[in-house]
Formats: sequence, structure tokens, C-alpha cells
Amino acid sequence: MNTYHVNEKGYYGDFGGAYIPEMLYPNVEELRQRYLEITAQDDFKAEFDQLLKDYVGRPTPLYFASRLSKKYDTKIYLKREDLCHTGAHKINNTIGQILLAKRLGKNRIIAETGAGQHGVATATVCALMGIQCVVYMGELDIKRQAPNVARMKMLGAEVRPAQSGSKTLKDATNEAIRDWINNPVDTHYIIGSVVGPHPYPDMVARFQAVISEECKVQLLEAEGRDYPDHVIACVGGGSNAAGIYYHYLDDPRVNIIAVEAAGKGIDSGESAATSALGKEGIIHGSKTLLIQTPDGQITEPYSISAGLDYPGVGPLHAHLYRSQRAEFISIPDQEAMEWGLSLSQMEGIIPAIETAHAFALLDERKFKTDDVLLLNCSGRGDKDLDTYINYFKL
Amino acid sequence: MNRIQLALAQDHKLLSIYFTAGFPNLNDTVSILKQLEEAGVDIIELGLPFSDPLADGPTIQESSTQALRNGMTTDKLFEQLKDVRKHVSVPLIVMGYFNPMMQYGVERFCQKCQKVGIDGLIIPDLPVDVYHENYQELFQQYGLLNMFLITPQTNDERIRYIDNVSEGFIYMVSSAATTGAQNSFGDVQTEYFKRIGAMNLNAKLLVGFGISNAVTYQVATVHTKGAIIGSAFIKHLEANGADSVYDFVAQIR
Repeated sequence: MNTYHVNEKGYYGDFGGAYIPEMLYPNVEELRQRYLEITAQDDFKAEFDQLLKDYVGRPTPLYFASRLSKKYDTKIYLKREDLCHTGAHKINNTIGQILLAKRLGKNRIIAETGAGQHGVATATVCALMGIQCVVYMGELDIKRQAPNVARMKMLGAEVRPAQSGSKTLKDATNEAIRDWINNPVDTHYIIGSVVGPHPYPDMVARFQAVISEECKVQLLEAEGRDYPDHVIACVGGGSNAAGIYYHYLDDPRVNIIAVEAAGKGIDSGESAATSALGKEGIIHGSKTLLIQTPDGQITEPYSISAGLDYPGVGPLHAHLYRSQRAEFISIPDQEAMEWGLSLSQMEGIIPAIETAHAFALLDERKFKTDDVLLLNCSGRGDKDLDTYINYFKL
Repeated sequence: MNRIQLALAQDHKLLSIYFTAGFPNLNDTVSILKQLEEAGVDIIELGLPFSDPLADGPTIQESSTQALRNGMTTDKLFEQLKDVRKHVSVPLIVMGYFNPMMQYGVERFCQKCQKVGIDGLIIPDLPVDVYHENYQELFQQYGLLNMFLITPQTNDERIRYIDNVSEGFIYMVSSAATTGAQNSFGDVQTEYFKRIGAMNLNAKLLVGFGISNAVTYQVATVHTKGAIIGSAFIKHLEANGADSVYDFVAQIR
């Protein structure tokens, strides 16, 4: 059977693998050898499920968006990941990884963060477990995302500025990797998306897979069938998308749609649409599509949403794109921002700007009246209020 | 025989120096190479700058950023090295990350290396197993040796595997760290040098990361074939300019 999941060597088609310096090999190899075994243990599953239920607030609702459905003359279901503790799907992964780290005997956690959502989700689980936490964040992002920096500090994390390169997410990731090189024994690195060397993309996708696992049950109840016709999510690195696609990847009845950030337009030089602009290369230990110069220098992407401006995309998504299993589309800043307002006023849900990109697809595609659309409402817009205020002069 | 292998066959301890191509100024590359040879350096590692050098500490990162800002590219480097073998006869190694080589075309990159007289490569983010499976034949076809890193965390079994795949030297990372100068080595590192030295590997060992002066060079080479200096030399170039190479090498040995 054709499968879109990772193979035993850590690849999705042409993409993936572990292109890491030897200094990281023992850490990554330990994870590779143990992640499947540990996450399959009964006590791990019990603790993971219990925390997702009692602490994160799962299962998150599957909500039939009636006004939106009426307007677009189709059936639109929203998976409400925005209702998770800390405001987005990110915490599904950090809960999973902190439990794994404990079982690996690690007593120090590091993470990278762009907008601060993954940093907050990591600081949160570290507080929950009483484990030391260091979050690397680009110096520029620290200035742009002051509330999330404050949240991380309140949660007891140390926020270290990444001062190299462009001083944003990719540099924060580089710094976190360097920290891991310098602290190979006691430290676990919680990567926030389905990126990085194998086994991270698969491991993070598995922790996020709870999203589509719940959708199957909830759709069956609502529609009498456990799959949608179209599943839609925004993609930066791609963790919320990986989660909602996961159980539908090998189901040919389901059309997969990925929405990237076009920024100021694909050809503007200020974009994060990796599928359109990226070429095969290596970033953060993974072979994937990434935005780079002809000389192979990784360039700084742009999107108004800090969570989508990553110059690469997870290897799963690169494979879904190249194999044409998924349809990729990109949405410019302006349309996403307007959808932030539309969703707020039509359904009473203020979305994260990342999430708003996924909704903007509704204006780009025509769907049939009885089509079932499953759209990942991946995060809430509280963190983006400043951006909304400035944009709409609220 | 490859120039690297000839150097490794010599009786004395080897001093290898790293610097970033295109730093401090774009066109300093060849002048620095010549001065290093005149100063008696045994092997030179030439850094191909990269935007995201994961394995490097702040000094080499910043020199890479500066070199890129100066306009350094892969093509530019080969252009600068066009006639290098008329002036320089020491072994030359290009050290760089894999992505720029992929974009250039790995085979085309190897071809160019051979043409200008490069003897080997160090690619920190190209793992030994991927090299072994996909690239070793290609590198051999163009007469290039590929050097691999080991660290204090690398287990014996993997060291043996790396030793088997190695045709040049093994780059022994002195401690769990990114690149960067240290003032001295402690007992833990000395023990590590001794332990690996006693494994009787086929490949010769050169110690890198943290070598900065005569003392660290001495300690690092007691149980190994030689040592590699990078960050301390970059700092020296930064402070004293691109014509000051001799002074630096003279204070090491």
C-alpha cells in the first residue's frame, strides 16, 4: 500500500533523514531508538491521555460553523484547537515530549520559539513537571512578542536571545541546537514543529495525531462517516496540519489542502510560501524544501503571522507537495487579516493570524453543497491582538 | 597519494589552521593561504561560509556572516582558488555545510575542488552513513578525502565504523561543544585524548575545538597526530588584520 508516513530510514519519499553534526548523533540516536518503544508503553499512554484530558482540555470540540457553511454553501466543521490550554495545538506536542524526556532521564529542557507560542507551551509543561527550562528566541522576536516573553518568565523559564544571523526563529533554532551540542547528556530539546532531524518530524506528528483521532470519532457522530471530503490547515513548519492530516494521509477519499503564507505576495521577496519558492536542501538537520539563495544560503522569510515565517517546511509536507497528495495554496497577509475579522464577526471566534490563513482558502476554492470540510482552527488570536489593533486601527 | 595522506605520514606533529574564506576581506583568501604555508602550517582548512552554521560557536559564525556580507559565494571561492596550486603546496581542505554544496551540485562541487587542487572536505552535517552510502564513490572519483568528527560521546563501535570509512584523518572534537577557543584542557579531556589514542585506529587523529595557544596545542598532541586551530586564529585576524598570520603561527609552536 502507498503510505505517506515515514519509512524505517526516517524519510518521507525524498525528504527527511538526519543531517546532523556528529556532536548531536548520540542524542538523536537515543531518541530514534527509544521514541516508539517509550510512547507505546501503557504507563506513558495513560499519563499522556490523562494530561491531555484534565490539563489541556481534550477532546477539543468539533464545531459545525453554521453561518460560515451557509455563506459558502458547504458543510464546514472547525476543530477547535484554539480551546486548548495555552491557546493552540502546540501543547499536545510539549506534553508528549516532556513525558518522553522524563523517561529518558533528562532534567533540563531547551526549546526554540518564534512568536512565543511553542515557548509558552514548553515553559508550561516544564512548570507542570518542575523541570528547568531554557527557551531560545530571536532578539527581534523578543521585542515583537513581549506578552509571550512575559508569560514564559512567569512560568519560570529562562528566555535567551538568539543574536546570530537574522535574529529570528531560524536563528533561535540554531542556538537551541548549539545548546544541545554543549549539553549532550542531561538535556532534551523539545522541537515545536514537524521539522528537524528524524525522528522529530514523526514524533511530533504522532503527538499531534490526537487531533485527527478525535475528528474521526466526532465526524462519525455528526455526519455518519469518520472522514471529511477536504481537510484544511495552515502550514508553517506544519505541526497542526500534520496532526489533522495524520489519520487521513493514506485515505484516498480525503483531499488534503495546505495553506501557506504568501506574505506580501509570492514574488514580492517577502513571503513564506515554501512550496512555491523553496528548493530541496537541508535545514535544521532535515532534507526538505526551503527558501534559499541560488548559492544555498537560507533566506529570511516573511509573513505577518510570526508562526508561519519559517524558511522551510516539515519533510512530510515537502513529500505531500512533491507527490501531489496535497494541494498547496498560499494566502497573502491582507486576506488572512480580513479573515481574522470575518471569523470573529461571523462565528464569534477570534483566530490566530496563522489560523486565519486556512480560512481564507474558502474564497479561493468552490466546494459542493454536501462536501464535508474539516478545518483546523489551530490557535486563538489573543497573542495577535496588537497586530490586529495596529492593522485595523481598532 | 593524496597530499593529506603525505602530511599524515610525516614524523612530526601536525598543525592545521582553519579560516573562513572571504574574511576579513573578500579577497584575503589566497594571501592568507600563502602566509600560512610560509609560516610552516601543515594542513589548511578553508571555510566555505554558510548562513546557518550549526556546529560553530560565535566566532566562526560571525566570520561567516561577515564573509557572506563581503560577497563570498561558492563560485567566488573557486575563482579565487583558480591558480592557488601555483603558489601553495600544503594540503587544502574545504570545510563547509552540505546545503551550499547540494545547491552547487555535489558532483560539480567535487569536480571543481579537484580542478583547483583541493585535497579533502569536512562537512559537519553530512553524516558518515549517508556519505558512505551515497557519496563516497563520487568523492573518490575526484580524489577527495572526507574527514569525520568524533566527540567524547561517540561510542567505540561508532568510532570503529568511522575509522573504517575514513581515508584521511579523524577530526577529534575536544569536548562537548561548538567551535570556540579555550584557555586550557582539564583532566577529562586529557583522559579522552589518551583513551582514543590507545584505540590504535587506522586513521590518524587531529584534535580540534578549543585549541588556542601553545599550551592547548601541546596537551592536545601528546596522544594524537596533531591539532586544529580555528576560532583563535579568526580572532587574531580580526584584531591584527590579514597580514599578521606569521605572528600567530609562531606563538603556537
